[in-house]
Amino acid sequence: MSKTVEAPASTPAETHRAALDDRRLTYQRCRSCEQAWLPAREECPKCWSSDWVWEEASGKAEVVSWVVYHTAFDKRFAGHLPYNVAVVQLAEGPRMVTNLIDLSEGEDVIGQAVTLAFEEEFDRPLPRFKLRGP
Amino acid sequence: MRGKAVIAGIGQTAFGKVPGRSTISLNIEACRKAVADAGIEKGAVDALLVKVPTSRVEMMYGQTLAEAMQLRPRFGGVFDQGGASNISMIAIAAMAIEAGQCEVALVSLADNPRTGSRHAYEKVWGDDADFGWSSVVAGYAMIARRYAHDYGNIDDVNAAIAIAARKHGAANPNAQLKLPLTRDMYDQSPWVVEPLRRDDCCLVSDGAAAVVVMSAERARKLGIKAPVPILGFGQGNTSDAVPLREDLTTTMAGGSAKTAFAMAGLKPKDIDVAQIYDCFTITVLMTLEAYGFTPKGRLRDFIEEGGFEVGGKLPLNTSGGLLSETGMPGLQLVLEGVRQMRGTSTSQVPGARNCIVSNQGGIMHTHSTLILGQ
Ligand SMILES: [Zn+2]
Repeated sequence: MSKTVEAPASTPAETHRAALDDRRLTYQRCRSCEQAWLPAREECPKCWSSDWVWEEASGKAEVVSWVVYHTAFDKRFAGHLPYNVAVVQLAEGPRMVTNLIDLSEGEDVIGQAVTLAFEEEFDRPLPRFKLRGP
Repeated sequence: MRGKAVIAGIGQTAFGKVPGRSTISLNIEACRKAVADAGIEKGAVDALLVKVPTSRVEMMYGQTLAEAMQLRPRFGGVFDQGGASNISMIAIAAMAIEAGQCEVALVSLADNPRTGSRHAYEKVWGDDADFGWSSVVAGYAMIARRYAHDYGNIDDVNAAIAIAARKHGAANPNAQLKLPLTRDMYDQSPWVVEPLRRDDCCLVSDGAAAVVVMSAERARKLGIKAPVPILGFGQGNTSDAVPLREDLTTTMAGGSAKTAFAMAGLKPKDIDVAQIYDCFTITVLMTLEAYGFTPKGRLRDFIEEGGFEVGGKLPLNTSGGLLSETGMPGLQLVLEGVRQMRGTSTSQVPGARNCIVSNQGGIMHTHSTLILGQ
């Protein structure tokens, strides 16, 4: 019997990451119930359907919350302190973790509109969001 | 099921740095003391429920512990809900006893992140690690920031929660941190992940605690000296990771308490003392509001009405909580609830008849509630 070697199928997370590496922010949308989501999954979390498609985000989003690290739990960030991490909601609905560009100290930015801006870090384009529009 | 099961005995190890001890060893010490406190023989124990150590997750941990104790439990194992597991396991034990599955259950927890591994507490969050998204404290900080935006300044109430816990901890000879906290010290406490300060954050601790659960009827037959009735319990699981929660300031804690209050036939106003899971001050604030002690955003009103110390509006965390007694994830709060109902706390609330205890896990992912009486 001959042995067939199949190319390993990529997971939704790998596909999502590959798009990011290509400077495209994508998310999934269910074809059964229209739900849109991140992070990448194999089934729609709302109706459990596996019939979904990739869509590209417009890059418009809103700040849900943010924090400022004064401790480097991840040693790669020891030289970056203090640095911010934020949760944003894309205009299309999905939420994601990111960093805010141009955050001023003492400013409450919850609810502010932000725009996608890729920045190179750790040898990859990271999808960050810029506070005061382009 | 109100009052059908009791906590018949409690046991604990030293808290803080307990080097050179495995979690198995710590669990056995707590179980040995809980069984001795109940005044029963080891042979009476026919169920063993244990929370997997947070600092290092192991498969089949319940069986490893049972082997080390030469127990062959009719009922038992690990229930994993993070810090909410403890109260959930007490509830499961009570239900299993009521269903005839077992008669005398040990519920135990040991953890040693202080001298063992802290990996679980400082982990980076998968694909988001390259943004610097790491640690448990940052998840709570993300919620705290949003809470303050939606409901106003939280410094006063968080400071009051921390100061009360530290005052009660200072009176507890078994507490890991016996240093009382002043408002000035709190305000000068350094940021860990803003908006949370070092004094908003629980301790990192080694130690173990255990309780013996049995039916009230069996406790009577065995002549248990100080059985504490379980009046109500409940749980609720928020499940979503923090970034995905539609509303960052709403969890399933309210549903957990609703179930427990309904079972107990009680309301928040009937509660004399509370042991509220204080991994971070924001957790206490959101738990008490979700439980219905005040409307959302109004817990600060309690400060003017005497606050959270013994003699105040709602005395809480009377052994020092996770902020002062031990950062161990949760079962120690049940032990203090039992001591309050027995009248033996080092910060006893005079005449306390009902105590509510909260446990929770992850970053407000899971929640469980226990109401104890007399
Ligand atoms: Zn769907």
